[in-house]
Amino acid sequence: MTSVQYGDAIREGFQYLLGTDPSVVVIGQGLWSPWYVGNTMRDLEHKFGKDRVIDTPVSELACTGAAIGAAMSGYRPIVTHPRVDFALLAIDQMVNQAAKWNSMFGGQAPVPVVFRLIVNRGGEQGAQHSQSLYSWFAHIPGLRVVTPATPADARDLLIAATFSDDPVVYIDDRWLYDLDADIGVPAPVDLSKIEPQVLRQGSDITLVGFSWTTRLMTQAADQLALDGVDAEVIDLRVLNPLHLEKVFASVAKTGRLVVAEGDWSSCGVAAEVICQCVTELGPASFSSAPARINLAQSPAPTSRPLEASYYPTVDDVVRAARASCDANPKTEAVAQ
Amino acid sequence: MTVALDNLGSLVDPLAHREPVAIDGLSDVATLRWFRSMLTVRLAEEAIAGMVESGEARCPCHLGIGQEAVAVGLAEHLRPTDRCFGAHRSHSHYLALGGSLKELVAEVLGKVTGCSRGYGGSMHLRAPQVGLLGTVPIVGATVPIATGAALAAKLDGRGDIAVSFLGDGATEEGVFHESLNLAASMSLPVLFVIENNLYSSHLHISLRQPNDRVARFAEAHAIETAVLDGNDIGIVSSVTGEVVEGMRSQPRPFLIEAVTYRWRGHVGHREDMDVGVERTDNLPAWKMRDPIGRLEVSMNERGLQEQIATIRDSVAEEVVEALEFARSSEYPPLDDLLTTVYSNSERP
Repeated sequence: MTSVQYGDAIREGFQYLLGTDPSVVVIGQGLWSPWYVGNTMRDLEHKFGKDRVIDTPVSELACTGAAIGAAMSGYRPIVTHPRVDFALLAIDQMVNQAAKWNSMFGGQAPVPVVFRLIVNRGGEQGAQHSQSLYSWFAHIPGLRVVTPATPADARDLLIAATFSDDPVVYIDDRWLYDLDADIGVPAPVDLSKIEPQVLRQGSDITLVGFSWTTRLMTQAADQLALDGVDAEVIDLRVLNPLHLEKVFASVAKTGRLVVAEGDWSSCGVAAEVICQCVTELGPASFSSAPARINLAQSPAPTSRPLEASYYPTVDDVVRAARASCDANPKTEAVAQ
Repeated sequence: MTVALDNLGSLVDPLAHREPVAIDGLSDVATLRWFRSMLTVRLAEEAIAGMVESGEARCPCHLGIGQEAVAVGLAEHLRPTDRCFGAHRSHSHYLALGGSLKELVAEVLGKVTGCSRGYGGSMHLRAPQVGLLGTVPIVGATVPIATGAALAAKLDGRGDIAVSFLGDGATEEGVFHESLNLAASMSLPVLFVIENNLYSSHLHISLRQPNDRVARFAEAHAIETAVLDGNDIGIVSSVTGEVVEGMRSQPRPFLIEAVTYRWRGHVGHREDMDVGVERTDNLPAWKMRDPIGRLEVSMNERGLQEQIATIRDSVAEEVVEALEFARSSEYPPLDDLLTTVYSNSERP
């Protein structure tokens, strides 16, 4: 088995989809250019034809709507928006149309479309080139939202999203494109069955991440282990509909919870996870207050030092986890 | 410096274009079919207007009374595998394509027997078995969707087309222009059918655009156009028939601008809803340019009075039956709500 990077795994997903299902088409800006989509779609237009891998005019809204129209006509289109920020130009089609049609036509009008949004931040790109807006999309009934954190999920959740009969927002992150792992061969899975994944088992504290922050959590767990803290790491994978049974079970075991989200805290995914854990398990299940790690509540800055302080680091997670463990050490709790 | 643009000229003059519909060479059957279909739309919408007035129907109802010829004239050239999309004022599109009248009225009343199982109301109609894939009230929203359905039709390669019904107001939305450009640059078989009724909600087109002829937008995208009297079903039918046939054999977009006039307000049953001297003055004149009345004159000249009377009775009875059907139907079950959100209702 050979190791595959996250970015190449996405391309493998596209290759699998285009190669196995003639109803799959891909549409969006910059699909024929690595400048826009990195290696994730390299040469697909040559392999599968420019009528199935469509580079478009500068029209996010119309192209997204067109994908929805094709989805209603027997196709399984994947719209690629090379940055989340630009996908906002298409928000009517995503939120008012794709998310609503099945419900507002009485469950009779499924829209099997994928909106692939790429988070492409850092590098002093600033406020309009750095957003992820996870909780915006996760807020909408009718949209499924997936945020792969591993090379296997980058490929397999793209495949699952495309074969889902519902509109799916698939958000990948360029900060993960160099992450590599052995991923085996693709095996289609039912997206509605996908649950959070325990990436590392532990008994002292539960660290929950998704997409890029899962990588932070995994690295933080390795550091914490050096200090004798045994952290459990859970990757959410799917943000909407959110199924947190595995997180509940973990927190019931550890009594401590830190959630990291590469986005703003206000009304965010971390807030939702903590809220559900507290309401499901009750405050008495916690040995210390649950904590969340988010971006500062500000648009992304461009200036180098500001940007460096803007994004959470592994150290931030380690600090939060230690603070949680120190707040009410289990040994004391037991002694009392 | 001024820019000279063609405008709609006499097409917007309610005193012009009152001549009877030319039916020479048309069979009685074809003529009677037009009449029946337009009358079905008219009487259904009048019945719905009555239900709005009485308070029985509560959802927003946008009536197209006076605009029936556009959808009916086009519909006979379409086939169920074509993909049509409408907007907020789409009762006529639904009925002209052959959607069930009973299911329309039931939908307006929010009943589970409605075409959208009671989840849509007047603004969300669907009859995929006759090619109507959906209507929605976000202005311009179905224009790119129809364009994508045309992309699918082109990939299918079976000569099907997509139809986007929209109004003059929607031509002011940016997505309309994006869609025209996309359709033109990819040669997609989408027929943009603009019912230019001169008003968007309460605002006359002269207060919204520098020129009343919206076909100019298509010309800017190198899309062929036809601008016609939307209240003459003979003209609508002959022009759209030729256009649709051409699009089937050679996939490409086309834009029809059908000039017409709505008799009721933007929403609801009232005629005087949209306050404005010009509209109040013009409505009686436009009623003399009635698409159904102009056909009826020609049919009377041919001696079809008896058939007309029969159709009137028959359609009126169908409307009564539809109202009874809708009234006696159930609302959607309360515990059904979450099962429609995702396609997999067992576990969302």
